[in-house]
Amino acid sequence: MQTSSDTGTIRLPIGSDVDLAWVRQQVRQVAAELGFGLVQQTKLVTAVSELARNTLIHGGGGQVEMTALYRGPARGLRLAFTDSGPGIRDIDQAMTDGYTTGSGLGMGLSGAKRLVQEFSIDSSPGQGTTITVAAWATGLPHPRAEAG
Amino acid sequence: MTEPRRGAHASRVPVPALGETLLITLQGELHDSMAEQLQQDITRRIAHSPVTGVVIDISGVDIVDSFLGRVLAEIASSARLMAARTVLAGMRPAVAITLVELGLTLPGLDTVLDVERALDRLGHGLSTDPPHPRRAHHADLL
Repeated sequence: MQTSSDTGTIRLPIGSDVDLAWVRQQVRQVAAELGFGLVQQTKLVTAVSELARNTLIHGGGGQVEMTALYRGPARGLRLAFTDSGPGIRDIDQAMTDGYTTGSGLGMGLSGAKRLVQEFSIDSSPGQGTTITVAAWATGLPHPRAEAG
Repeated sequence: MTEPRRGAHASRVPVPALGETLLITLQGELHDSMAEQLQQDITRRIAHSPVTGVVIDISGVDIVDSFLGRVLAEIASSARLMAARTVLAGMRPAVAITLVELGLTLPGLDTVLDVERALDRLGHGLSTDPPHPRRAHHADLL
């Protein structure tokens, strides 16, 4: 069940809109190498763009750690976005469609969650925020199913 | 001609005009600041020249996230307030699928499949200018 190793972890800074573009490019490249199809790549990169922007705008910048996942024949990608900003006071509220504290449409977190298979938030006021997501290249059985 | 993508801080998205239509081509990675600059450039052009239509070709755009979606919707809204109509052309299938799942259906935006249809939609594609070549190729204008 566990990932075999963390050998492929790449750490990228998120400090500007240029960094956002770079993170998107890196994620797309790695996802393509792992066998993600075009629609899957697009969904994942879009989710990454939302989350990285969240890190930049609401967290005051931070970083993302990208790790390739290998579970049997399945290939996936885990991304952990970390900032040391003010944290999220009410996670349920932050995850609501249309709720926004910034200038966006309030679709960032809730929308990003719909675009990936695994999503978790670790945050408390004053403690910063880590949002971890994972997506799997389909065409292969999902990891929740028993290996065939 | 510099390519507005990748790495280095690319400057601005060009805003060329074809008659009374602005014909904007977005490609590859668009930084947030470039998108916001584009919004300002378009409204300024509408204010200072007889522009009645805006075509934004996004066939070269890999992703539209909620930020870019908001900018595109705002460009259309502000253009409309200034009596110009905006048409979004050439959204890729993967982008459309992702936008729906993201929850961003951009209801205020008029969309067509390609630039030629966008010009038809705006009514000043080929009709206003008879001797114009059969197909207005946006790439030639950049």
